[in-house]
Parts: sequence; C-alpha cells; structure tokens
Amino acid sequence: MTAEATNIRPSLFQTDARTKRRNAAEKRFRLYGVAAVSFGVLALVVLLSSILGSGLGAFRQTFLTMDITLSAEALDPKGNRDPAEMAKQTTITYGKVLGAALEADLAAKGLATEGLSAKEINGMISKEAPAQLRNMVLADPDLIGQTITFKALANGRIDGFFKGRVTMESAALDSNVSPAQLELALAMRDAGLMGLAFNPGFITAPDASELRPEAAGLGVAILGSAYMMLIVLVLSLPIGVAASIYLEEFAPKNWFTDLIEVNISNLAAVPSIVFGILGLAVFINFAGMPQSSPLVGGLVLTLMTLPTIIIATRAALKAVPPSIKDAALGIGASKTQTIFHHVLPLAMPGILTGTIIGLAQALGETAPLLLIGMVAFVRDYPGVPPEGLLDPAAALPVQVYNFTQRADPAFIERASGAIIVLLVFLLMMNILAIILRRRFERRW
Amino acid sequence: MNDMRLTERSVDANEIKIAARKVQVFYGTTHAIKDVDVDILDKTVTAFIGPSGCGKSTFLRCLNRMNDTIDICRVEGDILLDGEDIYDRKVDPVQLRARVGMVFQKPNPFPKSIYDNVAYGPKIHGLVRNKAELDEIVESSLRKAALWNEVKDRLDAPGTGLSGGQQQRLCIARAVATSPEVLLMDEPCSALDPIATAQVEELIDELRTQFSVVIVTHSMQQAARVSQRTAFFHLGNLVEFGETAEIFTTPRDPRTEAYITGRIG
Ligand SMILES: Nc1ncnc2c1ncn2[C@@H]1O[C@H](COP(=O)(O)OP(=O)(O)O)[C@@H](O)[C@H]1O
Ligand SMILES: [Mg+2]
Repeated sequence: MTAEATNIRPSLFQTDARTKRRNAAEKRFRLYGVAAVSFGVLALVVLLSSILGSGLGAFRQTFLTMDITLSAEALDPKGNRDPAEMAKQTTITYGKVLGAALEADLAAKGLATEGLSAKEINGMISKEAPAQLRNMVLADPDLIGQTITFKALANGRIDGFFKGRVTMESAALDSNVSPAQLELALAMRDAGLMGLAFNPGFITAPDASELRPEAAGLGVAILGSAYMMLIVLVLSLPIGVAASIYLEEFAPKNWFTDLIEVNISNLAAVPSIVFGILGLAVFINFAGMPQSSPLVGGLVLTLMTLPTIIIATRAALKAVPPSIKDAALGIGASKTQTIFHHVLPLAMPGILTGTIIGLAQALGETAPLLLIGMVAFVRDYPGVPPEGLLDPAAALPVQVYNFTQRADPAFIERASGAIIVLLVFLLMMNILAIILRRRFERRW
Repeated sequence: MNDMRLTERSVDANEIKIAARKVQVFYGTTHAIKDVDVDILDKTVTAFIGPSGCGKSTFLRCLNRMNDTIDICRVEGDILLDGEDIYDRKVDPVQLRARVGMVFQKPNPFPKSIYDNVAYGPKIHGLVRNKAELDEIVESSLRKAALWNEVKDRLDAPGTGLSGGQQQRLCIARAVATSPEVLLMDEPCSALDPIATAQVEELIDELRTQFSVVIVTHSMQQAARVSQRTAFFHLGNLVEFGETAEIFTTPRDPRTEAYITGRIG
C-alpha cells in the first residue's frame, strides 16, 4: 500500500488543479465572448425594431376612395381635349371636383355631416390630391366624361389618427383638425370610404412641403442617390484600381511613394465634411458646377471613396501569392500580362468587396452633401443622364435629415421610413457583393 | 558513395548553351554570388548542389533574369546565351524567359484549368494560329511531362486540384509548352513524395534529349541520379564544377569532399 502510494500516478479521471484553473479560464473567456455577442445582437435588435416600428407606417397611407365624374364642362370647357387648353384649369378647379365627389359619396352612404362646414369636409382630403388628379387627367385626356374610382390621399392629421399619432384629445387642441372631422373619418372608414393601404408614392413621389407630409416621398432622393452611386462607381473603381496596381506593382519604392502611401491611409480617416468643403470650394466655386447636382455630389463622394477602394485593392493585390506571379513571369509573361491575366482576377473578390463597402459608405454619407447644397428642397425629378446629372436632386441620407428637421410629427414616421429604404439598399449592395464574389470565385 | 547508383553516362562534346563569366550577385550589400564561371552544355543535365543558403537559387535565377523582380538584387559579369549577353540593355527579359523556362520549388499551377495552364505560354507568345494547334501543343507538352494519361479526361478540371507530384509535372508541362531551349528547375522535387520524385527524375532524363536542363537540388543522390555535370557551391563561391561521376568519386576540393560525405550541410 505504501509502495503504491509513493509511486502513484495521477488518474486521468481526476482533473488536477492546474487543468481546473485552465478550464475555468476558458469557460470565463467563452462567457465574455457570448456576453459581447449578445450585447451586439441586442443593440441591433433594438435599433431595427425601433426603426421598423416607427418607419413601416410610412409605407402605408390613409386614402379616400371615391367615385369621381370628370365632367367636361368643368375640366375642359372648350371641349377640344387639347392638353394645353386643359392645363388652364388649376388645382382649385380640381379641388372643387374632388369636394363635390366627396359630398356625393357621403350623401350616398347617408353619413351625417352636420356641424362640419364644406371647407372642413374638404380639408380631410390632402391638398396634394387635386394636383394628383389634375396630373392624371392631363396625362390621359380621354378620362374626361368618364366616372373613375380615385384614391385620394387623406390629410396628414386624419392619417395620423388611423396610425395612432393623433387622438381626439390632441385634435381638440389642434387648429388643423377637429374631433368632429375624426368622428366623420371613423364613420367613413366603417362605410368603406376611407382606409389604410400600401402607398407606392412614398417610394416614387418627390418630397412635399411642410404642410403636406402625407404626400412626401423619396423619389427624387432615390434617383439622386442612384445617380451619385453611378458616378462614384464609374470614377472610383477604375481610378482606384489603376492607382493601386501602379503603387503595388510598378512604383519604385522611395520616399515619394512612401509619402503617397501615408497620405492615402490618412485620407481614409479624414472627416467626410472636409471633403464637402473641398467640393464646395473646387467644384462649385472654382469650376462653377451647379449646386445640389448629383454630379458634384458624386465627385465629392468619389474623392471620399477612393482611399477606401485603394486600400482594399492593394490589400487584395498583396494577398495574391507571389508564386503565381513567379509562375507567369517564369514562362515569359510581361509584367502587365502577369497582372491582368493572373493577379487581378485573383484579387477581384477583394477588390469588389472593398468597392461595395466604399459605395455603401458613400450611399449613407450626409455631411459633405449638406455643404454642396443637396439639402435644398427639390420637387422636380432630375433628368435622364448625362444632362440629368447637372439637375438639382436630393439624396437619401440628406432626405432623412430633412424630414427630421420639420415640425409636423408625421415627418418622423417618414424619416424612419426613409432609413428603412436606405437600409434595404445597403442590404441589396451587400448581397450583390456576395453574389459577385461567388461568381468570380467559381472561375477556378 | 558505393551505394549511389551513378548511371553510366557519356558526356558528349555538346555545345555550350550558356556561358557565365565572373558573375557577381548582390542583395543590397550582401555579396551572394562571387566570381562564378559556369558553362551549361546543350542537351545536358547540370546539377547545382551545395549547402542551404550558398546561392544556388540565386545563381539559377540569374540565368533567366528572374532576379530582375527583386528590387535590391544587382547582377554583374557576363551571362551569354548562344553567345549573346542576356543582361545587355537591348534584351527584353520577357523574350529571354520564353527561351529559358523555369520550374519552381513549390508547384505553382495557375488557379485555372489544366488545359489553360499549359496553353498559357503558347498563347501569350503567339506560337499557335488556331485551336487545333493549341490542342496539339497542350497534348504533346503533357505527354512530355508524363502527365497526359492521368489528366486527358479532365483537362477542364482546375490544375490546383491535382496531387503535389501531378502539379509539379503540370508546371513542367507548362514550361515545356513554350519550347524553351533551357529549362531551369529549382529543387523541383523538394515538395514531392519519393514516388513522385522518381517520376519527375525520370522525366528530367527524357527532357535532356531536347533541352538543356539545370537543376538545383539539395539531395546529392538526386544530383548523382539525374545529372551529367555537377556544380558545387559553397558560401557564394563555385567550389568545383565538372562531370558528375568525377565530383562524386574523386572530388578535388576538400570542401566538396566534406559536403558529399556529409560533414558540411
Ligand atoms: N530576396 C532576397 N533578398 C535578400 N537576400 C537574399 C534573397 N534571396 C536570397 N538571399 C540571400 O542570398 C543567399 C543565397 O540564397 P539562395 O540563393 O536562396 O540559397 P540556396 O538556394 O542555395 O539555398 C542567402 O544568404 C540568402 O540569405
Ligand atoms: Mg534555394
């Protein structure tokens, strides 16, 4: 027994103190990791749910469904269906047509309107609705004489009532809406004359004034952002890749190229607003390009994106194994052939990822665009490129900022909705990055 | 040395393909190759042996100017290919490398199909006029590299999917496809298992009928098996150069003897 005790080997079934300590340390570390990841996920969930919660409403809008008889006497007094003549009828005329149609519909359903003036009843329709009806008729004069079913936007307060933003109590204190109007709105909803429906206008329509939140849309902003992304892609990808290839593969290593290298790294860290100031000074004040135009915005964002693309591309080029270069040079490929036939294709996934990350950054960039005037209120769609690149336009992130600057709480919902649209675009770009990467990787 | 199978070989009086005279190589201030004179004969396998770091690869890479790709590397002296100085200002290294091919230590096929790997050289050098000619070159190159039978059914498969030995033979096929006059091989078997090594060695012996082959190896047995002439490098100096059989049986320099008997390495 004693002999065994002195010569005893520790059993593998028993963990010794050191191992226990090590295992405990490992367990602790895993716990920290799980905690960190959970915190991140929680933050993301809170962020997304708050944005979705307050923004999804923007994609649905309260509409009045009404039957409108487009009488020729009112809308085309000359009776020749000439759009130029018809254009003389202003939105006031169309407002009257809408008001008459609403009154007729209310009467047909037998809804009580005592205590409400005609002005108050008409006030339930958005001020934008007559203009929309007018555009519709001018675009298709044959509609005159017909009875059509028209979905008119409801006033923002009525819409807010159905979305819970406006209550009877708040309406009592609000000069823009009365509890009686809300009562009527409830009755109309029950009669099927009014209700929430998907609102494509939020995506396609231009911005609207302070007083018409229900009509405000992202059309101009989306188009402006798309134009700018196009410019950024077309300029920064070739410039960035060419610069990277030169610096990585051809440039001599001396103090001058070192200086360039340091500067590029620093440029990536320069606050974006500085690029805005630069754009204002160079592109607008010096070169005389038009303010608020996607061209200037795109150029500024290109400057901002270039360092990102160059850094990513150089990293991707560096990551290509030198043995591949040796192989190509060894059978007599020139340097350019080596780069374009072998190095670049291998670096492509990395280059594309870097480019799309750069584009995504540019898409969400606000500060430099404020400085070059893209914060302006723009209601006209920019034209078709290339001329359209000089027309004033908005940009998605600036539109978010714009919405949040307005007094009517209805714009909060639209700002969140615009953020959702922005996030969807970012998501699409990331998916595109993954698809492109897969495609390029499949080649070998 | 008795167990070493020195194949009976008659070194014919072949022409001199490459003549190197007073070659010096510097990496920055490091003097890596000192005053080396070597004649590489046509249709002969020349082996470079020597302890690690003695400059074998450096000297080999001078022969097709692969050292040009290293910024700090400087080469002095004359290296003549068929009597023309390859370091002359008028020489384009790209053209030179089409005539002096190279196979590297680690198999480095392009991440493309087997076919494209072999076809790349002929394509960029404009050696073919149509697909049929290219097919022909690919097949004959793969046959020369003793790889055709193994890959003829999957020429579209990626070259990187082959085994190590097959990849190295693919690299040889790729180098052979441009019909070089000299083939440089830098430790081509060091990443291979013995069976693959034997295949490559057999191949080298066959290639000798068409090209001049220069092979760097750290294995004396390999040098003895495949080469007709052997150069022994030590600390950047060419210590001894002559017929393989002589170097291994009757070395003249004590350093050579010490190395082949395993006392320096
Ligand atoms: N790219 C390089 N830069 C600097 N020194 C190098 C480089 N390549 C090789 N050397 C040096 O040159 C000498 C010879 O190297 P090398 O030719 O690779 O030897 P071997 O192939 O015989 O093992 C070594 O001292 C090595 O450190
Ligand atoms: Mg070596």
